[in-house]
Amino acid sequence: MTRDDAFLQFLLRMGDNTLVLGHRVSEWCGHAPVLEEDIALANTALDLIGQTQMWLALAGEVQGDGKSADDLAFLRDAWDFRNALLVEVPNGDFGRTLMRQFLFDSWHKLMLERLKGSSDERVAAIAEKAVKEVTYHVERSRDTVIGLGDGTEESHARMQEALDYLWPYVGELFAGDAVDAEMVAADIAPDPASLRADYDAILAEVMAEATLSIPKSGFAHKGGRDGRMHTEHLGHLLTSMQWLQRAYPGARW
Amino acid sequence: MAQPSEQQVWDWLDAVPDPEIPVISVVDLGIVRDVAWEGETLTVTVTPTYSGCPATSIISMDIETALRERGIRDIRIKTRISPAWTTDWLSDKGKMKLEEYGIAPPRPAGGPERCPRCGSKAVEKVSQFGSTPCKAHWRCTDCLEPFDYFKCI
Repeated sequence: MTRDDAFLQFLLRMGDNTLVLGHRVSEWCGHAPVLEEDIALANTALDLIGQTQMWLALAGEVQGDGKSADDLAFLRDAWDFRNALLVEVPNGDFGRTLMRQFLFDSWHKLMLERLKGSSDERVAAIAEKAVKEVTYHVERSRDTVIGLGDGTEESHARMQEALDYLWPYVGELFAGDAVDAEMVAADIAPDPASLRADYDAILAEVMAEATLSIPKSGFAHKGGRDGRMHTEHLGHLLTSMQWLQRAYPGARW
Repeated sequence: MAQPSEQQVWDWLDAVPDPEIPVISVVDLGIVRDVAWEGETLTVTVTPTYSGCPATSIISMDIETALRERGIRDIRIKTRISPAWTTDWLSDKGKMKLEEYGIAPPRPAGGPERCPRCGSKAVEKVSQFGSTPCKAHWRCTDCLEPFDYFKCI
């Protein structure tokens, strides 16, 4: 694997995470339990899609085949996606959506903070921009996890259920491979494993306040970041997200 | 026609309203970072506010249209993301106009100083997210009116 190959994979991982999660979160538009939450979810989705445009535009540039961010978003099939499995799982109820958001946001913020110091100034610039938005995302998802976790009997039970369901998808965020090793060698991105201690500390604090128990199991579903095996949910998501460009190739508005 | 000075271009751009908050100009908003002639081409450097803000592409179009109307033919809009846009770049004039319009201007303290309608300091946050990516949703507990707060970033 050349450095450019690894760099492309790294950029697709960043951009596909924000693209797939952005799409998932946008599925709430018009369906959230209250108007304020609807607006907050739509704004979060918008930020994530905006960040996707930056990551995938750079991915297209590095790939050098003249592909735009839109080409990469709408014309790749499931096996070419490099997002972590966590972001493609269905939304479930509002509690599970916000739990997933918190689990992702906490990782996302730590990652972007480190990427601000990337040796590649384009990566550093995107991280500098995105981290400002993500700071607001994590503030809200954290408060909501605490509010619902330490809430009513029902909201508490649902949040614990959400954490138990999503926990096996967390480990993949920190599982490094040859791509990551190449990025570390080039000083472009950190070893994902090096973010784990800070992540665990944040989770321990927030889950304690939310009166939720972090599952003991260290089992992790993998296969999204390297594209080896996505869940069946990704294909369904893509049929909805990509249908217009698939049905009417090259359509513009 | 003679090439207009860069200062002249800045003045023209100061008359281009933000599409979402028309009381302030794109210059007040601090997203126009540079105006420079390179030979016959005028380059305007724009830094977007939020990465997914739908107004960004409209703003670039509005800038181009406004300058074309002034007779400039060769225009290049350059997007620069670093340094990232910050609410510190809002002009003082812009902040004042925001408040007159009913949007509390950003403050480093992280919340509005007072209700932009009645001036009361008894305000509370409803949601960190509001009607556009750059605003949060607050309310005044004295006059009971909801209002937008232009959040710090």
